[in-house]
Amino acid sequence: MTDVTLAEAARLAALQEMRRDPRVWVLGEDVARGGLFGQYRGFLDEFGPSRVVSTPISESTIMGAGLGAALVGTRPIIEMRIFDFVMCAMDELVNQIAKIRYMFGGQARPAVVVRMPHGIWRNSAAQHSQMLEGWFTHIPGLIVVTPSTPADTAGLLVSAIRSDDPVLFFDPKNLFPLKGEVPDTIAPIPFGQARRMREGVDLTIVTWSAITPAVAEAAEMLAGRGISADVLDLRTLWPWDEDAVAASLSRTGRLLVVHEAVTTSGFGAEILARMLERLGPGAIRAAARLGQPRVPVPFAPPLEDALKPDADKVVAAAERLMRQG
Amino acid sequence: MTSGGDNRARLLALYATMWRIRAFEETALAAHRAGEIPGPLHVSIGQEGVAAGVCLNLRTDDRITSNHRGHGHALAKGAGVQGMMDELLGRAGGHCRGKGGSMHIADFSVGMLGANGVVAGGIPIAVGAAQGLRLMGSSAIVCCFFGDGAINRGPFLEGLNWAALYRLPVLFVCEDNGVAAFTRAEAVTAGPGAAARAEALGVPAFGVDGNDAAAVDALAARLVAEVRGGAGPRLLHATTFRLMGHTSTDPAAWRDAGEVAAARTHEPIARMRARLLAEGLTSKALDAVEGDARAEMSQARAAALAAPWPDPAIAWEDVQDIGAVEEPAR
Repeated sequence: MTDVTLAEAARLAALQEMRRDPRVWVLGEDVARGGLFGQYRGFLDEFGPSRVVSTPISESTIMGAGLGAALVGTRPIIEMRIFDFVMCAMDELVNQIAKIRYMFGGQARPAVVVRMPHGIWRNSAAQHSQMLEGWFTHIPGLIVVTPSTPADTAGLLVSAIRSDDPVLFFDPKNLFPLKGEVPDTIAPIPFGQARRMREGVDLTIVTWSAITPAVAEAAEMLAGRGISADVLDLRTLWPWDEDAVAASLSRTGRLLVVHEAVTTSGFGAEILARMLERLGPGAIRAAARLGQPRVPVPFAPPLEDALKPDADKVVAAAERLMRQG
Repeated sequence: MTSGGDNRARLLALYATMWRIRAFEETALAAHRAGEIPGPLHVSIGQEGVAAGVCLNLRTDDRITSNHRGHGHALAKGAGVQGMMDELLGRAGGHCRGKGGSMHIADFSVGMLGANGVVAGGIPIAVGAAQGLRLMGSSAIVCCFFGDGAINRGPFLEGLNWAALYRLPVLFVCEDNGVAAFTRAEAVTAGPGAAARAEALGVPAFGVDGNDAAAVDALAARLVAEVRGGAGPRLLHATTFRLMGHTSTDPAAWRDAGEVAAARTHEPIARMRARLLAEGLTSKALDAVEGDARAEMSQARAAALAAPWPDPAIAWEDVQDIGAVEEPAR
């Protein structure tokens, strides 16, 4: 076990997998220089320029070339630098990568990992702060991974690289410095298994990615006020651990979903809807979502803070829920 | 240099391939009109010389990417005819099990990595395939077919820059039929066009009369050898003419009938026939080539019509291994 940052955990996982499988390679802007967050530091020296390819700022072709390379048997890690730039590669991702296996009757296996560091980070404003992971759960063919700890990042990245399905891997930008323990040999963590962050009986809080530490803090504050929260980090949004959420909600009867993404049409809506379908209204005393309002992420710190979900807002939402039912 | 007999055999091979493409598409058009083929159908009638001339120079393990008008590319690359016809008719035995249709024909067993419903969609895929092949230590190359409409999309610029930058083994083939869907290319394309744009990105470009299959063959032979030899990407710019509308239901009435009639006198099959007659082949022998192609395709149509539809259960298959939704109990 070593105590490392989340960025280092991601680096160690990719390093392990590139040593293990010569078909794995990485392409993206500045990856040969170590990547924007140091996730690929030292890779060029070890693997050389044919497996660590710094590319032009050509998002369509970064994405599409990764697909083409997968079609001839390699297993590319496609680095998007910052999530928001994937908007320049949506045809290649949504029309090509997500569809190609199905559309060609199973002939194609697009075994790619698309890494997209997302979320609010250092007052980067509206085009460098988005969380749109919910969009991609809507697209058949894709796996959506949203880790929040160094260990989960490492284990889920190993699974992503070994997956024959295309995986969208959302690194939580503002958690890259977060420290945690990572095993020396990183075992794959299966997709679709939530991590219980805290056990509780009064309400279920479901969360993922960058907001997770704030939710942990809020749960602690709630405990001080006599409210016991059962907290689940989903870790992956497709597939997602419906069973774990249903089991918890069956015990608590109250559900709060917290995500940094805009609340409207966010993945929290899907979770609430599925639980209603699955458990019926009788099993749910109260349910709510907490996320960004439907407003772009602003630049100035007081503006950004005003809109961003934080521990206090989670506590307030949980207390409202407790009053409702 | 090839001897006269070898040359005649090569010309005859081009002629046969062009007829197979023509017959396939005329058969498909008839089947579409008869209601046997659902969905959109884009035919390349009049453009067969490009597919035939280029693909004659490719190995089976070479890959191609294609566009929405891709039947000819697939056939010339060696894709199975019955699998193609079954696919157009949406049958279980189609190359894509009836999930792709005309616009998404693919036959990976012969290196045909797929037609594409998005203009220029195949370009990034082609350069990545070339990069992957190099990484895997293969000597195969990638040939990327697209039309003049694609050169106005960003992936054209990105992909050619990328291929030149990494000296990738890609032969770009621009089939310039002068029309992007319903709009003349010249009305929407500034500057001197595909070849000049390629040259500006460091990709040597060479023009050819795409309706002269022998000339396409000769140029492709040279460019494929250069690309395979490690010289980096090349662009073959073939001018041709789309004799039909954009889709099977488009009469292209906006075009002057005289223009199309004039183009018919330059179409690649008629030209090759005249050349082969001059080379001493008989009308009878050439008629047999056409007859064989037509027979093959009408047989494929009949077989596809008689073939089973896909089981609706397969609609749920091949989405993803992990996180696939299950068919509800019926």
